[in-house]
Amino acid sequence: MTDLDVIYFDNAATSWPKPPVVLEAMNHFMNKVGANPGRGAHRRAVESGRIVYAAREAVARLVNAPDPLRVVFGSNVTEALNLALNGLLRPGDHVITSSMEHNSLMRPLRFLQHRQVELTVVPCSPQGFLEPEAVKRAIRRKTRLVALNHASNVIGTLLPVGEVGAIAREHGLLLLVDAAQTAGALPIDMQESAIDLLAFTGHKSLYGPMGTGGLALGARVLEGDLSPLKRGGTGSRSEWEEQPSFLPDLCESGTLNVVGLAGLEAGIRWVTERGVEAIRAHEMALTRRLIDELRPIPTVRVYGGQDPERQTATVAFNIDGLAASEVGLRLDEENAILCRVGLHCSPAAHQTMGTYPAGTVRFGFGAWNTVEEVDQAVAAVRKLAEGRP
Amino acid sequence: MNTLEYSVILVHSTSHAVKAEQVLARAGIASKLIPVPRQISSDCGSCIRVERLHVQRAQHEMESAGLEVDGVHDIG
Ligand SMILES: Cc1ncc(COP(=O)(O)O)c(C=O)c1O
Repeated sequence: MTDLDVIYFDNAATSWPKPPVVLEAMNHFMNKVGANPGRGAHRRAVESGRIVYAAREAVARLVNAPDPLRVVFGSNVTEALNLALNGLLRPGDHVITSSMEHNSLMRPLRFLQHRQVELTVVPCSPQGFLEPEAVKRAIRRKTRLVALNHASNVIGTLLPVGEVGAIAREHGLLLLVDAAQTAGALPIDMQESAIDLLAFTGHKSLYGPMGTGGLALGARVLEGDLSPLKRGGTGSRSEWEEQPSFLPDLCESGTLNVVGLAGLEAGIRWVTERGVEAIRAHEMALTRRLIDELRPIPTVRVYGGQDPERQTATVAFNIDGLAASEVGLRLDEENAILCRVGLHCSPAAHQTMGTYPAGTVRFGFGAWNTVEEVDQAVAAVRKLAEGRP
Repeated sequence: MNTLEYSVILVHSTSHAVKAEQVLARAGIASKLIPVPRQISSDCGSCIRVERLHVQRAQHEMESAGLEVDGVHDIG
């Protein structure tokens, strides 16, 4: 895509533009289907139900979840994390997380601490790396869950979820992974990595619309252990006044965002057709180029491991003597380069990196970005770093 | 005139019914999702209608795919 009027480097916040098939699928739903899935059974209601099921299947296939019926939809990863944490943890339980978490995971955990859930935050290195052994050392008799992001939204650093998964299994713990930054951007295999609960958001690397996301549940999560965030109409078991005990209805009260899910299914289809591996290779090449070009500039500080193999296509940096907010504003106003500056909803991550409270500039690449765009951005950063007007 | 005899298979929800439809299609059994007949249940969702001839095989296929069957009823 070269005919855009901006250079969009804010894909870590949300991907843009969306593939045309996503808009077509949403249009098709609005114009030609429109009905409420599972409320009634006329032909359009059934068609709507099929669209939702196709989205469940698309997610399950992408992350190797055991059963499409164990993919629960909600509005975003934040809701999914709240469902997982509030749904599973009880007073007295102990949970382990990392010091690189997004507030969408950290805040529900801090809240649960006031409800007598015990929390250990395992520190990561300033580059954002986590030692699996440090997780192992934090395990106690009452530990129930390990909750980690798959990749930091601030510096892209990947956490060793597979290794932690093996440790969690060995100790009979559940593993919850926040895959907001990785679902669609990196291969994920819930079964191979021993991930019991995978929280995802539709609007980032799955290329779907905002307002879609959910939680994929592995076979070890028992319905009876999961308390839903809300209760209400599901279209099933209408004669009962009690919440259904089966998935996905247990956790899906209220009419779903079916137009959004139609778009999500199309987005995942688009990602799958391009190939997650191919998208990953493209994004790694852009990341490598940016890091290699920024690093030699004396007044530019690049954070993280600076190794594209060990991070997503998200790069955080600062220019000495310039506030991140100033860099962001000038990149936008002078070069139409759109990025995100500040703390990125992750104070813990910035404390770990030593960039709290000033924050950083963040470039997040997506499948549409090009080498030419990276080169233009490097030139713009160099100009700012050299103090040229 | 339609002289075929049908049965309906009840499952938990529309999500389950769509999965059943796929499982049956893969097994070569024609099915249709229809509203749950009022005389069977007051549920407002859908169920799976198959030819009565195939109902046992259909139930077996569904259960092999991990789908719990809530009930099987012959309809007119
Ligand atoms: C790691 C991580 N967790 C959670 C979120 C929250 O995502 P959402 O706003 O879609 O719930 C984000 C993105 O903002 C993220 O990068």
